[in-house]
Amino acid sequence: MSGLDKRIHDAVHGQTQPTVTVLSSLLAVEDELGYIPKEALEFVAGFTNCTVNDVWAVASFYPNFRFEPPAEHKVEVCWGASCHLVGAMGIFKSVLEASGMEDEGDTPDGRLTIKLNTCLGACAQAPVMAMDHHLAGRINPEIAAKNVANLLEQEGHGK
Amino acid sequence: MASSFLEIGLEAGNRWQKLTAGEKPWIRIGTALCGEAAGAFEVADALESELSSQSVSAQVSRVGCLGLCFAEPLVDVQLPGGHRVFYGNVSTDDVAEIVSAHVSGGAPIISKALGYVAEEENDTPVPDGIPDLNQHPMKIWENRIVLRNAGNIDPFDIYQYIANGGYQALHKALTNLDREQTLDEVKASGLRGRGGAAFPTATKWSFLAGNPAPEKYVLCNCEEGDPGAFNDKNILESDPNTLVEGVIIAGYATGASKGYIFIRHGHDGPIDRCRAAVEQARELGFLGENIMGSDFSYDIEVALTGDSYVAGEESALMEAIEGKRAMPRFRPPFPAQFGLFGKPTNINNVKTLSYVPEIVSKGGEWFAGIGHDTSTGTVILCLSGNLKYTGMVEVPLGINLKDVIFEAAGGMREGKTLKFLQTGGPLGGVLGADSVDVLLDFEVLRAAGAIVGSGGLIAADDSACIVDMTRSLIAFCQYESCGKCFPCRMGMSHLLEVLERICRLEGTTEDLALMRNIGENMQAGSLCGHGQLGFNPVSSALRYFGPEFDTHIIEHKCDTGTCSMPRYSPALARR
Repeated sequence: MSGLDKRIHDAVHGQTQPTVTVLSSLLAVEDELGYIPKEALEFVAGFTNCTVNDVWAVASFYPNFRFEPPAEHKVEVCWGASCHLVGAMGIFKSVLEASGMEDEGDTPDGRLTIKLNTCLGACAQAPVMAMDHHLAGRINPEIAAKNVANLLEQEGHGK
Repeated sequence: MASSFLEIGLEAGNRWQKLTAGEKPWIRIGTALCGEAAGAFEVADALESELSSQSVSAQVSRVGCLGLCFAEPLVDVQLPGGHRVFYGNVSTDDVAEIVSAHVSGGAPIISKALGYVAEEENDTPVPDGIPDLNQHPMKIWENRIVLRNAGNIDPFDIYQYIANGGYQALHKALTNLDREQTLDEVKASGLRGRGGAAFPTATKWSFLAGNPAPEKYVLCNCEEGDPGAFNDKNILESDPNTLVEGVIIAGYATGASKGYIFIRHGHDGPIDRCRAAVEQARELGFLGENIMGSDFSYDIEVALTGDSYVAGEESALMEAIEGKRAMPRFRPPFPAQFGLFGKPTNINNVKTLSYVPEIVSKGGEWFAGIGHDTSTGTVILCLSGNLKYTGMVEVPLGINLKDVIFEAAGGMREGKTLKFLQTGGPLGGVLGADSVDVLLDFEVLRAAGAIVGSGGLIAADDSACIVDMTRSLIAFCQYESCGKCFPCRMGMSHLLEVLERICRLEGTTEDLALMRNIGENMQAGSLCGHGQLGFNPVSSALRYFGPEFDTHIIEHKCDTGTCSMPRYSPALARR
């Protein structure tokens, strides 16, 4: 068994909650690997006794799943209504400029994923962004660019 | 063998006494999502290292949210036997002085304190020169039922919850009330669902209670995806035990065999605290076989979903727990007949279930005495946008919305004027500034074209453009449409296309009629609220701000200049 196969196997079999489903198995793989490789679709299908097509139906529905290995760091910008009102678009523009991107996605060097998030849940601190899931609120475009630069100075999480 | 409830209560009381009036100062730091975004974790770490470098002994707890999110990070210092003193907007630079002057020196820093909160039954004088925090505009309108412990107790410690009256409702129900009497209390309270539809909770429960099947489920919906609403997550972060107790009592009253609490994957703060609350309840014998020595056996599972707003719709939620795509089901059959895994099921929102312990403790009549008409109890409002004080307040239903905006939230920032209010989440509606003189009541608000909904209130000042805001709301609804019903899937895309056009100042005179036509089809042809209510943002905006749309379409200009800003929507929409 390859290293990847073993990690998939252990993540899926390591679920401790009573209700184990296609979705819960995919979430377990995502927690372990940060993405859903083709091997995981096949493994989850076998594990839950359904077809790869059934698993793909679920995996492709939820936008939190990605199918290529993640970049080292993830920057999310909230574009919920509260954040939008107080300048989320300006924040996003600044993040794109700081990362050399034109829209959402991974930088070509694999160091950053840039993503819009529908609501990061700290609306009272809008506008909000998150660096590797750590929230920062009441930001402005300058702080947002600085946050991206600071993140790029750190080592990645290695996933 | 678990200890008796009396013994657990005594232990909890002793531990609480040690915290508030023991030998060491108690420092509480708000670390809910709002605190995290303001840097509370950095402040908490700095505080702990400062305490150790100054060799000062103190108990540090990371608590939930007091509601004053605008003042986060909030640090709350209580000297042994003293009152609580709060410091707002604390930075890591302030920490050394707080430790040396107050925690160690015993003298609150008057110039930096936001306010004090006096401990009941404590005769020592309150600190001089510091305002009473309960007289803060955001606090005086409040009547805290669900949020009674928020910001006061460590959400990871069930004993702190028990010391403040926790699990007495469950004990009362299991020892003094039968299932019907428990349901009757909820009925007498007039409690209505706080997830948006405001359906009477006891009626919903009675459908499940009346089903004799041996396996029945209670589901708690914490799929809170609404931009502008954060109260469900906040309850789980601040006081998860009150929800867990509510889910257990709901199980008892309806005769259910298992409860599920359903949360979005990735929201680690709420998930971790909720899981801890469930595990600790199980350890103390509040979950499992023969709870508190009764014949009632019940357990709770925390289930996770992927990102999906529609997963908050009750039938889509069941699909997601079953591990499928979160798409709504046809009804009938209704969940009380054929629900999760085909078993009879009852679904309630986090807030709804979190009211239940206090209702059972204090009686349904008590709850019914709060509020207005058939809108009984309180409502938890999330205040965001251009308001002076942003955060969360729990106020009695029936108070005037304008008092919430202009008094509790302090009005607009920088002396600007209110332009509109976006209420009840993206499927709610907007209210013009002239229409906020309205009672917070489910029916009254609905008649005004808005809803209480999830409790989100986003206030915009006159620098905001209503067309741009409407476009933003529809962009969210389009992104989140699950795609099952084509009137919603296509309708949202077309609405967004038209609104983009109007924002680019390229709209045509037919566009408003076109949007109304699309909206009618969505309402008539969609299975769930996402499509049925999805035109609300547009229709309510047109109701109050028709002329502003006309300016964009006919005069080709946007008076606020907002529409010339770049706009982005997520690249990955569901197809």
